[in-house]
Amino acid sequence: MNEPDREYSSPPRGKRVALFVTCLADLFRPSVAFASIKLLEQAGCEVSVPLQQTCCGQPAYNSGDYEEAVPLAQQVITMLQDADYVVVPSGSCAGMICHHYPKLLEGVWRERALELAAKTFELTVFLNDIAQIKPSKHKPSHNISSVAYHDGCAGLRELDIHDQPRQLLQKLCGIEVSELQQSEVCCGFGGTFCAKMPEISGKMVDDKLNDVLATGADMLAGGDLGCLLNIAGRARRLGEKIEVRHVAELLYQDLDTPAIGEGD
Amino acid sequence: MEQHSETFLDNASAALKNSAQAERRDVIAAFAPLIRSAAIEGFDEFDNLRKHIKRVRQHSLDHLEYYLGQFEYQAVQNGNHVHFARNSDELNSTVLDICQQHDAKRIAKGKSMVTEETGLNAFLQSAGLEVMETDLGEYIIQQAGETPSHIVAPALHKSADEIRELFQSKHDLGPRELPETVDLVSEARDILREHFLQAEVGIIGANALIAENGYSMLVTNEGNGDLCANLPRVLIVCTTIDRVLPLAQDATAMLRLLVRSATGQAQTCYTSFYSGPRRESDLDGPIETHFVLLDNKRSDILASDYREMLECIRCGACLNHCPIYSSVGGHAYGWVYPGPMGSILTPLLTSLEQSSALPNACTSCGRCAEVCPADIPLPDMLRDLRHEENSQKLSAGRWRLGLKVHAWLARHPKLYHALTGLAISTLHLFGHKRGSFVRLPMAGGWTSQRDFPAPQGKTFMQQHQARLKRIARQQNEH
Ligand code: SF4
Repeated sequence: MNEPDREYSSPPRGKRVALFVTCLADLFRPSVAFASIKLLEQAGCEVSVPLQQTCCGQPAYNSGDYEEAVPLAQQVITMLQDADYVVVPSGSCAGMICHHYPKLLEGVWRERALELAAKTFELTVFLNDIAQIKPSKHKPSHNISSVAYHDGCAGLRELDIHDQPRQLLQKLCGIEVSELQQSEVCCGFGGTFCAKMPEISGKMVDDKLNDVLATGADMLAGGDLGCLLNIAGRARRLGEKIEVRHVAELLYQDLDTPAIGEGD
Repeated sequence: MEQHSETFLDNASAALKNSAQAERRDVIAAFAPLIRSAAIEGFDEFDNLRKHIKRVRQHSLDHLEYYLGQFEYQAVQNGNHVHFARNSDELNSTVLDICQQHDAKRIAKGKSMVTEETGLNAFLQSAGLEVMETDLGEYIIQQAGETPSHIVAPALHKSADEIRELFQSKHDLGPRELPETVDLVSEARDILREHFLQAEVGIIGANALIAENGYSMLVTNEGNGDLCANLPRVLIVCTTIDRVLPLAQDATAMLRLLVRSATGQAQTCYTSFYSGPRRESDLDGPIETHFVLLDNKRSDILASDYREMLECIRCGACLNHCPIYSSVGGHAYGWVYPGPMGSILTPLLTSLEQSSALPNACTSCGRCAEVCPADIPLPDMLRDLRHEENSQKLSAGRWRLGLKVHAWLARHPKLYHALTGLAISTLHLFGHKRGSFVRLPMAGGWTSQRDFPAPQGKTFMQQHQARLKRIARQQNEH
């Protein structure tokens, strides 16, 4: 007997996304990774978390230890090669994968790096532009009056991230961002820079914090934990009351966990 | 010029503590990017012109020998003398020779970063010549015995009050108090005018050398370059070999980028082309003219991976947009060229050993590369210099070791997750109540300025793996 023709295709499948958690979210703020997973699922994606992941190699790379950064880059490329999409809740780690791996590597590895770069997206870019997430049916549970936004430098200049987080905050939470005066200026984190040149970094983060406080916002959101740890740490040092959170937490309305640097 | 780049961190620290200057730097840092972007906004050709100039500069450098030859030929045809100087000493002694041949005692000098590089003023002065800087900013810092803090605006670090005090102590003012800024300017002008008329030799720099006609081009806002060039009997143009461009139209195209990027103007007040000595029918102009073209390691840079740095058109935009330059000012960098371009040029023109702090004075924020009209990948080059620093083991051993250990661990995910899990749980245990640490071993750099936020609890990977195990167990049970 002949097999009957099936007039239907395979079941509809969401986008298969591998989440690159980033080492800072893994270590300091798992809530960012959990919120990212939930948001991606809300956008209809199937999310997996590759278990081999550690660090994208930025500390070594930025410090000029290319020899150590190369095997780390290769490890990340191999780990993520089968994903349809790779999503990273950090502009600087996404920038590392998209822009710096191809610069760092040569030959076949460079080709593979470019392939990975083509399917790797920072979280807010992916949610807004690729997956086009819709607001959830539940009303935002928290009433947040005003939020300032910090644009991380790598996200802003390497990946052109500017409107996406603002549009998402608008669409999903009804939040209009209060803009900083000097939104294009670095917060002074810079990876190992902040530890190698603490005084200069201290001046820079002070300027940033003053700019944030001048908006009158009671929360600062951003897409890069490095910057946020830096700014929150300075705010804590000076006793300034400003809640600092990763934009994923805000978008997912996970506001019950203490903000960055706040005690329970 | 004497170098103090080794003590960059101390220089920076002192600069940060001078609150009056720091405040002024903040104002300039907010202001300078605004005037540049206003100038670029109404100028649709910027991006295309940038690409064009990039090609022109690359082409000129690819064929540098040819164009230098052509320039030399044309310049000699125009009646100039052309000298090549391999290093600072050669440039300085060439200039001194020329001055001595003419029995010159007084020199009027226009702004020239190249002669700052070679320390020409000090050299000529030690030979008994009187050298007067005629660019207002240069004049001010010369009077103050200081060095430029910016490649375009050398006295950027000085307030009007400081300049007034300086003039009061150096000039014979009588009862005059110079209350307004214009009074300061006209005071300087009076003094300089006298000097222009007496100087036997004028020395200026050049923004470009034009191969097709043997001219040099110079832009100024004060017109002092023209006075230096036209009033004294002898003119010496000092610049570097990488300034040469094939065509006059290349120089004017570059100008359109340069001026907007430098001062936010569409044009400087004076744009001058210098062809050579006075001809018979000319009413004025020098009777003898020289070009002294300095190499000083440019040939080495040309042959290295840093050759793009020679495409720099010295606009200063990368300084104006660098948060580190605006925090610490130009003097902290300890040599002639500060900011991002200086942090690359200084190690290349002096040595990496002497200036290894400079390539680290960068957060890779990328703002400099974004505005650079020559489209130079400054943060990449700074990182490449850190790579050299690392390879030559010039950086602190504990840093290198720490990063190696971290990278090694990161290549061993199981161990990495176990160890970070342990460390993070410990940090959480001690830190969760307050939420952050005021002090922490091995994080002194961080905690000197800010608290160290405590981790939330277990690492994500620990929680995730526990969850996967739970699911697997439940499936087994069914
Ligand atoms: S590096 Fe670029 S921005 Fe900096 S001075 Fe040179 S041309 Fe201008």
